[in-house]
Amino acid sequence: MSVAGDNSRALPWALVTPALAWTLLFFVLPFIAMGLSSLTAHEGGAFTLANYSQFFTDPSYWRAMVNSLEVTAIVTAVSILLAYPFAWILAEMVPERWQRLALMLAVLPFWTSYVVRSYSWLLVLAQNGVINRALTDIGLIGEPLQLANTRFATVTGFVHFFVMLLTLTIFANLKQLSPSYRKAAADLGAGPVRIFLHVVLPLTLPGIMVGAFLTFVLCIGDYITPQILGGNNELVMPQLVMMQIGRRGDFPLASALSIILMAVVTVAYLACARWLKIERA
Amino acid sequence: MTTNARNPLSTLKSSLAGACAAVALLIAAGGAKAADLNALIWCDHSDPALLQPFEEANNVKVNVKEFEGTGAGLAIVDQSQPGDWDVMVIDSIDVPRGVEKGLFEPLPEDKLPFADLFPEVKMDKSTIVDGKRYGITEKFGYNTIGFNKTKVDPADMQSLASLTSDKYKGKIAIYDYYLPVIGMAALAIGKKTADLTEADLPALKAELLKMKTNAKLVGEVTASQTALATGEVDILVGGGEWVTAGLAKENPALDFSIPKEGAVLWSQSLAMFKDSKNKDMALKFIEYIMSPEGQARLATSSCYWGMPSNKKAALTDDQKKILRFDEQPGFLARAQAYPAPSADLDKKMQDMWTAMLQAQ
Repeated sequence: MSVAGDNSRALPWALVTPALAWTLLFFVLPFIAMGLSSLTAHEGGAFTLANYSQFFTDPSYWRAMVNSLEVTAIVTAVSILLAYPFAWILAEMVPERWQRLALMLAVLPFWTSYVVRSYSWLLVLAQNGVINRALTDIGLIGEPLQLANTRFATVTGFVHFFVMLLTLTIFANLKQLSPSYRKAAADLGAGPVRIFLHVVLPLTLPGIMVGAFLTFVLCIGDYITPQILGGNNELVMPQLVMMQIGRRGDFPLASALSIILMAVVTVAYLACARWLKIERA
Repeated sequence: MTTNARNPLSTLKSSLAGACAAVALLIAAGGAKAADLNALIWCDHSDPALLQPFEEANNVKVNVKEFEGTGAGLAIVDQSQPGDWDVMVIDSIDVPRGVEKGLFEPLPEDKLPFADLFPEVKMDKSTIVDGKRYGITEKFGYNTIGFNKTKVDPADMQSLASLTSDKYKGKIAIYDYYLPVIGMAALAIGKKTADLTEADLPALKAELLKMKTNAKLVGEVTASQTALATGEVDILVGGGEWVTAGLAKENPALDFSIPKEGAVLWSQSLAMFKDSKNKDMALKFIEYIMSPEGQARLATSSCYWGMPSNKKAALTDDQKKILRFDEQPGFLARAQAYPAPSADLDKKMQDMWTAMLQAQ
């Protein structure tokens, strides 16, 4: 009895130990080291809060956070608006036997390197790129538009990636939705728009919010896309973090900025979790 | 130093960082052999055309680790065990930073071709510390104006004032590295790069903001090179032979000028680690890189071209023409040193650069 009881307690721990050890080694310890580093001076290593105060007192620094939040909010909103109809078409209008193929085609952008994809967008949006040439050739514009090296380019690169991510989470949610909900609503006299707004949309909000949260987290922490497509005409937080490391090797300041960024992500998670109750009991 | 040693916060931080670094090293080091040569390098040293002849001649494997920026390079060393690394490529002006940390071994001057170097690039002020030489300049060039001569008036490129004139508004990219471009801003306002102080920062910032107003983008090496090569911009502030020479065959319209106000001289050095377990091979590697053949291969590396510091580099006539080898004495006479600020001024300069990037 007691042996069986010990085994039943030990087995879950044994199964979870590798994951716990991995998390401890590659997340908890580095995080503690980063937290301690953020409280030390670059020169001398004495205790200081100066790294945090620099963020709050230097407009160039907190502007980077504002830029990050603005870009992330735009990307998340645009991605949801594009992904929902796409997921709807895949789930409701594409015949079941073609859905797998359609999904595979939808996630094709994931198969290419992130860096290559960003540089490809640079070529598409460049002064002599596909879009400007097309618009010039058909006479819509006289001079090329500045599309590359702008926030628009950064948002475009992000949206291309995250629409696919959101499509997957929303599609999965739509497929789980029992048709009987819609039938019941229709039986009670609701039209298609009302059924969508009052039944389908609320029931697929968890899928939207899971995708939105992932989009938020991945987007706000991304360095490559804004670096390649944004032209450094404005800095976002990951770029500011990287700047501290390059020549000066100011890891304490870089750590403080990273912790602030993680705090924002944590707040976003708590907001999502409370609002939509996506956490499991 | 003493404060650091006594501070429990720092001690705990160091222990944790050390534990993390040890794990990372175990993974990164993989199957490196003790006889291997481990080199912390910039991308121009990873070209097989440069490394293979040395490896074959000495029956050794050169393991390279690329880094960008001295801070990042020194951080890798901090997180390594003594003896993990044998040689390092470093900004010549940053050699003292490595010496202060006790990392480098003095170089035997009698075994290296110092007499063959362009005298202006020996950089004695930074490569010699307390009478001992810790670094040897292997490659140099200029942060100046790179441009497409079919798109701009080459005569305009003889003055830094063109960079802030309306004529080239929206046709300019700025190389995203604060020290050389701040050096160029200093030249534009008539200051010597070696004499910059905190009092100069407001005037420098004003000049940088004028450049930013005209710029389409501020890009790192690849982005700024791509922008110039694809015609996105016609001028690269901070560009030079390191951008144009490697692209000369595909795009002969790309060129660089040394304007009347001057240009900023960049230079990279090789240093040997004090704790290297393979000092003989490390010295052989440095000797090879500084040899006429090694210098030619390094100068024309696939990552970026640059001037070899050894005048006897075995370059072909075509390569010399692309690098404008014969014009070097005139260029060097007009070039000014890379800004080498104190740690405090360096921080202020970087913050000024951040403000420039964020300016709308």
